[in-house]
Amino acid sequence: MDPANDITLTVNGTQVTRRVAARQHLVDFLREELGLTGSHIGCEHGVCGACTVRVNGDIVRGCLMLAVQADGCAVETIEGLSDSRELERLQKAFHERNALQCGFCTPGMLMAAQDLIRQGEKGVSREKIREHISGNYCRCTGYQSIVDAIEEVING
Amino acid sequence: MKAPSFAYVKPKSLDEAFALIEQPGAKVLAGGQSLIPSLNMRLSAPELLVDITGLASLSSITLEQGVVRIGALVTHTQLGESKEVTSHVPLLAAAVPHVAHPAIRNRGTIGGSIALADPAAEYPACLVALGASIVVQGKEGERIVAAEEFFKGLFEVDLRPGELVVAVEVRAQLKDERCAFLELARRHGDYAIIGLAAYRSKGNRFVFFNAGATPVFARNASREKDLPAAKAALKKDLDPPADLYNSSAAKLHLAGVLLERAWTQLTTSH
Repeated sequence: MDPANDITLTVNGTQVTRRVAARQHLVDFLREELGLTGSHIGCEHGVCGACTVRVNGDIVRGCLMLAVQADGCAVETIEGLSDSRELERLQKAFHERNALQCGFCTPGMLMAAQDLIRQGEKGVSREKIREHISGNYCRCTGYQSIVDAIEEVING
Repeated sequence: MKAPSFAYVKPKSLDEAFALIEQPGAKVLAGGQSLIPSLNMRLSAPELLVDITGLASLSSITLEQGVVRIGALVTHTQLGESKEVTSHVPLLAAAVPHVAHPAIRNRGTIGGSIALADPAAEYPACLVALGASIVVQGKEGERIVAAEEFFKGLFEVDLRPGELVVAVEVRAQLKDERCAFLELARRHGDYAIIGLAAYRSKGNRFVFFNAGATPVFARNASREKDLPAAKAALKKDLDPPADLYNSSAAKLHLAGVLLERAWTQLTTSH
């Protein structure tokens, strides 16, 4: 038996209490225990960004945080941000600009992009956008259209 | 991959933490941005993780009598946003954007970076260039170690069993002092091919990272009064290990390029 701990956290606004194995990382917890499979698991060692989620308002790597560390935290996932329509403009721009192909990186990419957008800066350069999503890998698009979509939302 | 099995505990006080980290098989967990990947890849197999992020006393940044004290649990993001750091330790603030990516900077800590001492890490080189002190604490009390002595070898630091890095102390930069931080990487946020933390006070201090097992203080280059002599002296200071993409000679050449850029920044008045 793996050593386990009890945790209580809110996930997309709903309070959740579970017993989790100490070794389980946050994305496995979200996917396996809560069925929130929108956050993807790519590299599982912090390189690809597919598992990006929000914890207490800040984006983090879901694979580099243990579920037990999320005790007492407010976690938001792609499902929550889609349902609340926070991502509506960004999702529309991604769709219109063809900023996704296979879609595997897209949830993490949207979380990272939205993190920049909600900082509220205007006139953000493409270079700054690229810097902000530098931790999110896309193997399909070549990033150009992703930067286009984010730029459109930020700069109108 | 998935991490091996371990137990987890989150102490509420330093005393509790000191007792826990003495247990056999215990490992300290701070931001986890290096430890958790190594667990996921099964390069590390602790029996107990002691999560110190509940120790609020290690999260503050203070400026007192010209010394900036940065708590070990200050994250990269907090470091970059801190008024005390951007105004008084601009070298560290300049390093922050080079540390990985925003999602990692939100969790990784300065104490973790120092205690791990990855040769490609930014802060150890900055702290050596700044002549900073590392504050470590254990059951027996506090010790203050000069950064230059703290980094002893590859992932090896002057930290005894049962001790934690609790803070770093840096003298605030004076008006006529200058600093420069430069890093070459294949992509933004990647590990450095080679990097340079430079500080100009009474004299220059050029400290390279990913140029050896520890931050490398280029003594000879730092002593020289003009750029060509300093560049020539680098050969005596550096013997950087080759990596998958860059030979030792290429890294030495790049070190010279960075030195030249830093020299310009240090000698240009603001």
